[in-house]
Amino acid sequence: MHELALTESIVEMIEEESRSRGFAHVRVVRLEIGALSHVEPEAIRFCFEAVARGGVTDGARLEIITTPGEGWCLDCGKTVVVTERFGPCPDCGGYHVQVTGGEDMRVKELEVD
Amino acid sequence: MCTVCGCGTSSVEGKEAHSHDHAHEHGPREHGPHEHAHAHGAHEHHHHEHDRHHHDHHGHDHAHDAHAHGPADSVIDFGAGPAGVHIAGMSQDRIIRIERDILGKNNDHARENRAHFAESGTFALNFVSSPGSGKTELLVRTIRDMKDRLPIAVIEGDQQTSNDAERIRATGAPAIQLNTGKGCHLDAHMVGHALEDLPLAPGGLLFIENVGNLVCPAAFDLGEAHKVVVLSVTEGEDKPLKYPEMFAVSDLMLLNKSDLLPHVEFDVGRCLANALKVNPDLQTLVVSARTGEGMPAFYAWIEARAARLAQRRNETAATAATR
Repeated sequence: MHELALTESIVEMIEEESRSRGFAHVRVVRLEIGALSHVEPEAIRFCFEAVARGGVTDGARLEIITTPGEGWCLDCGKTVVVTERFGPCPDCGGYHVQVTGGEDMRVKELEVD
Repeated sequence: MCTVCGCGTSSVEGKEAHSHDHAHEHGPREHGPHEHAHAHGAHEHHHHEHDRHHHDHHGHDHAHDAHAHGPADSVIDFGAGPAGVHIAGMSQDRIIRIERDILGKNNDHARENRAHFAESGTFALNFVSSPGSGKTELLVRTIRDMKDRLPIAVIEGDQQTSNDAERIRATGAPAIQLNTGKGCHLDAHMVGHALEDLPLAPGGLLFIENVGNLVCPAAFDLGEAHKVVVLSVTEGEDKPLKYPEMFAVSDLMLLNKSDLLPHVEFDVGRCLANALKVNPDLQTLVVSARTGEGMPAFYAWIEARAARLAQRRNETAATAATR
């Protein structure tokens, strides 16, 4: 489960930030996770609860903002919303859709004490 | 597992006295606030502290209520649930914007590896597949057939054992085994470690055989030129649809074990169509590492792509020189 490794890097990243920006505790961690990214938000939540213990993120609430998948439909010649990587264009039903967005995984912001 | 280097439970085979010349920065949660850059004897010795928080993963009560259970079709789809909503209204002065890529650290290490490959003129391929698709056999065959033309080195990734590296070494090619322990994928930092011990001959090939896993390795750039996904005809032809991520990030698919086609029910055309549905840019070759069928096409692909990469690197170097 690579979500565990990724959650650990999230917490490490926040600890680095706490040292460089001088805060002691985080109340809310806000992630932005693209609908077409490589992670399952539920798995991140599951891991976060365990990984966050004992450090600056102890007891922090995790908020996940899901950004929609975006693709360029070659047939329609426009940007469309994509829910699956290999999904069809919601307008024309064709499969000539190239993914253009919604693959990001980012720590967006923190609410700190 | 330390996600900086993945070396929490992972090990580089044969490394008794392992020189760790990168700075390990671990948070106070794990080590106390010190940052160390040192050589240590047994590779694992700085990890016992890490293990502590891993234990926490087990046996804790977990309210697992947010995901969507499909009521009628008995499919539990963790991808469909309302994944969480950003509720505004918190006081802005306590909000710190970070905007950092979760894979940023891995990508930094991947960039270092890529620069290392550019320096030695190495063409690196990252082989990914489910366990048992015949990756190692495929590499053994490729090395035997290509080693007179190009120097080849191999990094083998597995959770346990150095069996695969031994199979590779039997061909005469240098190989390093990376054991990931509990880890389900190789990351760029582990590969960086392996490169410390694996001299790369100028202008050669590097094959990285990832952990057999059709999910997790998709997310991790190792610095390779291309990911090559290996699928075998003893698996289902709908695998590209079931595990789309891996096929989406790969540039070449090798459909292996074609010699078994007369004995299995496998529709090659449908399989390739499924793969192309997920990734229209994917190139596909049908091969048998055992009989050698289709392998020359793979070698031609390697040489053509390696030549193209070398040309691109020359152009980049020339541009940099004129600046």
